[in-house]
Amino acid sequence: MTTATAPATTVSRHRHGLWWRVRRNGSAYGFLAVPLLLFMVFTVFALVFAFYLTFHEWSIIEPERPFVGLQNYSDMLADESYLRSIVNTFYFTGVSVPVTMAIGLLVALLLNLPLRGRGIIRTLYFLPVVTPFVVIAIVWKWLYNGDFGLFNYYLMQTGIIESPLLFLADPDLAMPSVIAMSIWSGVGFSMVIYLAALQAVPFQLYEAARVDGATRLQQLWHVTIPQLRPTTVFLLVIGIINSFQVFTQIFIMTSGGPVERTTTVVYFIYNAAFKFYEFGYASTLAFGLFALLFVFTLVQLHLYRKGEQ
Amino acid sequence: MSTTTAPQPPQPVEVVTALPDPGIPPGRRRRTWLWLAYLVLVPGALLFVAPFAWLVSASFQRIGDMFSYPPQWIPQDPSLDGYRQFLGIGQEFAGGPQAWRWFLNSAFVATSVTVLQLFFNSLAAYVFAKRQFPGRDLIFALFLITMMIPGQITLIPNYLVLKHVPLFGGNDIFGQGGSGWLDSYYGLILPGAVSAFGIFLLRQYMVSIPDELLDAARIDGASELRIYARIVLPLCRPALAATGIFTFQGAWEDFFWPLIIVSSPDKYTAPLGLALFVVENRTQWDVLMAGSVIASLPMIVVFIIFQRQFIQGIAVSGLKG
Repeated sequence: MTTATAPATTVSRHRHGLWWRVRRNGSAYGFLAVPLLLFMVFTVFALVFAFYLTFHEWSIIEPERPFVGLQNYSDMLADESYLRSIVNTFYFTGVSVPVTMAIGLLVALLLNLPLRGRGIIRTLYFLPVVTPFVVIAIVWKWLYNGDFGLFNYYLMQTGIIESPLLFLADPDLAMPSVIAMSIWSGVGFSMVIYLAALQAVPFQLYEAARVDGATRLQQLWHVTIPQLRPTTVFLLVIGIINSFQVFTQIFIMTSGGPVERTTTVVYFIYNAAFKFYEFGYASTLAFGLFALLFVFTLVQLHLYRKGEQ
Repeated sequence: MSTTTAPQPPQPVEVVTALPDPGIPPGRRRRTWLWLAYLVLVPGALLFVAPFAWLVSASFQRIGDMFSYPPQWIPQDPSLDGYRQFLGIGQEFAGGPQAWRWFLNSAFVATSVTVLQLFFNSLAAYVFAKRQFPGRDLIFALFLITMMIPGQITLIPNYLVLKHVPLFGGNDIFGQGGSGWLDSYYGLILPGAVSAFGIFLLRQYMVSIPDELLDAARIDGASELRIYARIVLPLCRPALAATGIFTFQGAWEDFFWPLIIVSSPDKYTAPLGLALFVVENRTQWDVLMAGSVIASLPMIVVFIIFQRQFIQGIAVSGLKG
C-alpha cells in the first residue's frame, strides 16, 4: 500500500491494523493456491525435472536410470537423424510461414476494399482455422491420394500431368504437399490479424499520401506496409514458433516418411519418447528445440528493434 | 497506486464493419479495382471451401461412390450409412466401443478444461492485477517466463507425474506399480486447468478496473470472494468470452496430449479417435468422413454464433496457429 491515499483508507487501516492485513493477504494466497499448485506441478517442476532427465539415461522400461553427464547432449549433436529433422523443420517453416503471411496479407488487403459479400468471403477463408486440425489432415490425405485423390483427378483432367502423382509417398513431393496443406489451413489466421491491423491504420495517412499524388500502389508500399510492420513481426514470431512444433499433419499424413523426408523435430522427439521410450534423450532433444526457438525469437526481436530506430 | 504504469488491457478491435473507404476514387477506376479484387478473392474462396464441400458430400456417399471417377460433388445416391455406423446406430462399426463415446469424451474434457481454466485463471489474474502482497510480482514473473517454453519440454515430466499419482490407476501410496492418472479424465483435464497465457491476458484486462470500485465494496464490507464474483467477473465478461472460446477450441481439437496419455478406446477424444482410425489404415472411409463432419460441427457452430468475439479474441490474443 502506498501512503498517499485517501483518508478513508488511512482510517480503515488504522482501525484494522496488522491482523486485518494478514487476513486480506490470506485471501489473496487462498485465491492463488490451486492455480499456483497446478502451475508448480505441471510447469515449474516439470521443467526442472525435464532438465534433470537430460543428464540421465532414463527409459520407462529399464529399472536402471544411470547418470550419464552430458552424453545425451553430445549424442544429440552427433545424431544425423535429429539434425536432418531440424533441416526438414527449417524447410517447412521457411516456406510455409512467409507464404501463409503473404497470402493472408493479400486477402486482407482485398477484403479491406468496400466489396459486397465481404463477410461471407472472410468466413470462407477463415473456415479452416475453426476446423479441427486432425480433420483437415484427414481430408487432405484423401485429396492427395495417388489412386483416387481429387488433385490427381483434376490435374490429369486438365492435362497438366500424365500419370498420377504420389504426393505423400514421393520423397521430393511429400514435404511440399504437407506445406501446401499447412498454408491452406493457416491463411485465415494471418488474414484476420492483418485485417484488424489494416483497419487501425489512420485514415489521414492515406489522405496525406493522396494529396502528395501517391498512386494506389505507392500508398500500399509507403503507407500500408510500414504501418503493418508490428503485425508482420507478430505473425512471423507466432508463425515460426508454431511451425517449429509442427506435428499433427506429419503424424496423420506421412508418419515422417518417405525416408524421413518429412520427419520434423517434434515428430522426432515424439518417436524418441513414446516409441523408443528414451525419456532422457527425448528431453534433451526438446531442450535443443527450445534453444533453437529462443535464438530465433531473440534474433527476430532484435531485428525488429533495429528496424524501429 | 502502483498499477498506473501497468500495460493497458488489449483494446477491442473493431473488425469489418462500415469503414471509411481508404483512397479509392469513385468512378471507372474504382470499379476496375473492385472487379480485380473479386477476380482474386472468389476463386480463392472456392479453393478454400472445396475440401469442406467434398468432405460433407463424401460423408453422405456410399463407400463405393466415394472412389468414383469423376468425383461426385453431389451424392447421386445419398446415404446415411456412414453416420449410422459411426454413431453405432443399427450396425456397429468394427472394433471398439461406439464412436459417439469419442465425442462425449471430447465434450466433457473440453468443457471441463474451459470451466476450470476460466475459474482458476481469473482467480489468479485478479490477485495479480488487484492485490498487493509480498511475493506477488515474483510469482507473476515466474508465470510470464514459462510462457516462452515449448510444450514438448514439459511433456515427458508430466507424463511421468501422472503415471505416479499415488493410489490411482493401481498405484500404491508411493505412486508405484500402476498407471496413475494416465489413460484417465484427470490426466486429460488437469494439466490444462491453468494457463499462464490465459492468466496474463485476463490480468491485463483486469488492471483497467478502477481500484475505487473495489475499495468501495470493501468498505461496504464485501468479502474478497464476493468482490471477485460480483464485481470483477461481470466486468471481465468480454475477455472471459474470448479466452473461453479459444480454450474450448484448443481443448476440443487437441491431439498431441491425448495421443500420449490415452490408450484405451473408451477414453479416446474425437481427434484422437479419428487420427488413429486413419493411421491404422482402416478402410471404412465413409465412417471416417461422417466422423470428421461431426467433429468439425461444434466449432463451426460456435464460430458462426460468436463470430465477433471469435475474431476479436484472435486479433487480441493471437491464439491458435
